Amino acid sequence: MKEDIKKISESSHLILTEEQLDKFTNQISSILDSFKELDELDTKEIEPSFHPTIRKNIFREDKVEKGLSIEEAFANTEHKENNFFKGPRAV
Amino acid sequence: MNSIEFIKKVNEGAIDIVKHTESVLESCKNIDKNYDCFITIAEKSALEQAKEIKKRLSKKEKLPLAGLPVSIKDCISTKGIRTTAGSKILENYIPPYDAEVILKLKKAGAIIIGKTAQDEFGFGTFSTNCAFKIPKNPLDRDHSAGGSSGGAGVITKKADFPHIAIAESTGGSISAPSSFCGVFGLTPSYGLVSRYGLISYADSLDKIGVMAKSTKEIELMLNQISGFDKKDATSLQIKKKFKIKKEFKGMKIGIPKECLKNIDKSVENSFYSAVEKLKKQDIKVEETSFPLSKYVVSAYYVIAVSEASTNLAHLCGMRYGLSDKLEGGFNEFFSKVRTQGFGEEAKRRIILGTYARMAGYREQYYLKAMKVRTLIINDYLKLFKKYSALISPTMPVLSPRFEEIEKLTPLQNYQMDILTVGPNLAGIPMLNVPLETKTLPAGLHILGNYLDEDKLLSLGSVFG
Repeated sequence: MKEDIKKISESSHLILTEEQLDKFTNQISSILDSFKELDELDTKEIEPSFHPTIRKNIFREDKVEKGLSIEEAFANTEHKENNFFKGPRAV
Repeated sequence: MNSIEFIKKVNEGAIDIVKHTESVLESCKNIDKNYDCFITIAEKSALEQAKEIKKRLSKKEKLPLAGLPVSIKDCISTKGIRTTAGSKILENYIPPYDAEVILKLKKAGAIIIGKTAQDEFGFGTFSTNCAFKIPKNPLDRDHSAGGSSGGAGVITKKADFPHIAIAESTGGSISAPSSFCGVFGLTPSYGLVSRYGLISYADSLDKIGVMAKSTKEIELMLNQISGFDKKDATSLQIKKKFKIKKEFKGMKIGIPKECLKNIDKSVENSFYSAVEKLKKQDIKVEETSFPLSKYVVSAYYVIAVSEASTNLAHLCGMRYGLSDKLEGGFNEFFSKVRTQGFGEEAKRRIILGTYARMAGYREQYYLKAMKVRTLIINDYLKLFKKYSALISPTMPVLSPRFEEIEKLTPLQNYQMDILTVGPNLAGIPMLNVPLETKTLPAGLHILGNYLDEDKLLSLGSVFG
C-alpha cells in the first residue's frame, strides 16, 4: 500500500515527506477498507449513474462567440511572452 | 426589517442605498473581526455597485433584489473580486469573468458584499480545512460553524441588516453549516441553478444554493438564480416559479428509521418537537425505511474524491493561481507549486480519488459506487411515490468544539455526513430548518423529489 500511495502522489505532482507518507498510508487504508462495504450490495444488473438525473446533450450552434480578451486571459499569470503562456521546460 | 421589506423600500426610494451599503460594510468588518466569516470583504466594488443601483433606480427601474446585500461563497467566480475557494493555491486569483449566478444577481440589483470563508474547495464538514481563517460558530466561538459553507452560515446568522447568502453544496455543505449556525439552507435539485463559474469540487454533485433567516427570503432568491443556462451542460431546461403555499391537507411525510440511529439526545428531542409541530398542520407523519443509508457515506466519498482528483489537476501554477520561478522540468515545477498550494485534506482527497480511479481498482471502487448511486436514487424515487417529503435530523450532533474536531480521524470526519450525503448523491433538493435546543441549534432536514423545492419551502415555512 505504501508503495502505491508513493506512486500516486508522484503522478499527482504532490511531494510527501516520509512522515506524511506513513500517515496518509494508514488513513487511506482504513478509508478504502470502509469503502469495501459496498461489495455487500448486488449491482450485477445495475447501470452506473454518472449523473443524478438522466439528461440529453445540449448543443449550441457552431458559431464563434465572444470569449475572454487576451489581457483578461493573461491577467492572472506572470509567465507570459508574446501572447503565449510560458511553461516549465518539457524535456 | 427582512430582505423583502427592504427591497420594497429601496424600490420606493425610501432608503439611500449608498449610505446603507457603507453601514453594511462596517457591520461586516465588525462581525468578521470576531467570527472570521469573510475571506474578502468587497468594499470597493460593493460601493461602486451601490452607486450604479442608485442610478438605475433614479431612472425608475424596478429591481427584484434592489440594493440587497448578498454574500457569496468563495468558490463562485466574481469578476474583479478575489476568488480563492478557500485554498492557498488560488490565493491571488482574480477571475476575469462572473459566474452565471453572479450575472443574475447583478442584473436583479443585488450588492455583493464579500466572499465567505469555506473549507478548501469544499473539502470538509466543519470549515476547519481552511487555508486562511477558520469561521467560528455565531453562538459560541469555541464551536464550529459547520462546513464547507461555514462563513455563509455565520454571516447569515449574525447579519444585523437584510442579507441572503449564496452558498454551495456537494455532500452537505449547505445543510451542515445551516444546522450548526441555526439558519435556513436550501440545496436545490441538481441542475436547477447554473454551475457556470463555480470552481468545481465534484461536477456530478455540486449545486449552488441559498442560506437565509426565513423561507420567504429563500423563495425570493431561488426564483432569481434558478433557470436554464446554455453555458452549463448539466443545466435543467425548465422554467419554474417557486411559491410557498400553506396547504398541507392530505400530505404524508416519512421518517426513515435508519436516520435516527446514533443521534445526539438533544438533536433527537428537537427533532420530535418539530414532528409534533408538523402534525398540528394536518400532516400525517409516519416511520418508513431507507435501508441503503448504511452505504451512502462510502458511495458518496468514492465518487466525490474521484471527481475532485481530476478537477484539481488543472491547478499547476501556469495560467493562474499560485506560481513560482520557472526553474527545472515540468514535473519538478508542477510538484513544487501543488505541494505548496494544497492543504492536507486536499492532498489526501487527490490521492484517494486517484487510487479509486486507478487501473485495476476502477471497477472495484469508482464504478461500484456509481452503481450503488443508481440503487440509492431508485430507492428515494420509490419513497417519493408514497411520501410528499422525507424528514430526519440534519446533523447527528450539535456543533462540536474545535478541540473535539481535532481528535477525529479523516474517516470519522466523513461519517459525520451520514444524513446529508444521500440526498446529495441523488441530486434531490433538501432544506435545513433551524431548531432550538437548550444549547446550540439543531436542524430538521426535509428532502423532496426533484424540483419539489416549493413543497420543501412550504413545509419549512411552518417554522419561519
